Amino acid sequence: MKRLILWLPLAVFGAFLLTVAFGLGGGKDETIRSQMVGKPVPAFTLPPALEGRPTVQSADYAKGSPRILNIFASWCVPCIAEAPRLMELKRRGIPVDAIAIRDRPEDIAAFLQRWGDPFEGIGSDAASRVQFAFGSSGVPETFVIDGKGVIRHQHIGEIREEHLPEIIAAYEAAK
Amino acid sequence: MAVFLALLPAPLLAQSALPPSEYADRQLADPAKEAEAKALMETLRCLVCQGQSIADSDADMAGDMRALVRQRIEAGERPEDIRAWLIERYGKWVSYAPPVEPATWPLWAAPILLLGAGAWLARGRFRRRRR
Repeated sequence: MKRLILWLPLAVFGAFLLTVAFGLGGGKDETIRSQMVGKPVPAFTLPPALEGRPTVQSADYAKGSPRILNIFASWCVPCIAEAPRLMELKRRGIPVDAIAIRDRPEDIAAFLQRWGDPFEGIGSDAASRVQFAFGSSGVPETFVIDGKGVIRHQHIGEIREEHLPEIIAAYEAAK
Repeated sequence: MAVFLALLPAPLLAQSALPPSEYADRQLADPAKEAEAKALMETLRCLVCQGQSIADSDADMAGDMRALVRQRIEAGERPEDIRAWLIERYGKWVSYAPPVEPATWPLWAAPILLLGAGAWLARGRFRRRRR
């Protein structure tokens, strides 16, 4: 018994080393998934981001057909990278709305003019409120919302070419 | 195109041109409410900087979260309800205050176990000395 106790500190130290070694080697996943996937869209209204353009609000969902909601900002560089993919979605007849985070109308207009404008409604979320309500933790993020207004899919980060099939599949599955 | 994007100084551009939200950096008028808000902000994780609480972080998003916390406290909401609202959206990870539940039992039990082990070892020592 006493012999065993003498070895105990070494065993504890060994366990500590193993924990650290695995913790360091495992690679870190820093994405924060929204817990709202599978739940109804949170109730929200937003002012239009651009004059003369429709905005986006929770009442636009649950109208029978799925829609895609892109959370972006004109100051966000990866949002430029995904712009052609959103245009591709539009080309395929998939309705895409947007929420602009902490943005100014003139910047949004310039961004859309330069990188393409795939959006139907654009709401302005100047204090990130609706972003928080969606459980979104950055820009860009993309949500697929089904015809009953339930969030079906979240894509975190820019949509690259290889992500398109997944998003289109989620859209088709939400029909 | 991709090369051009990679060369851009992304962190410099990853900033909103809008000024901080009201109450992001302004205290509430009622000191008691501000203290409640501050205590809550110190236990909420910043979503973009992750190692910091929103009270510590300079990120725009952390400022918006501070504004959200202050305005909700001002409106009479309880801090634990605001925490629950955020956990419902971001998972338990967003809160720095660990709840007592099966997954965290080892965390809560460890100090008690270690104290117990220490007491047991010390007891052996004292006994030996008395002899």
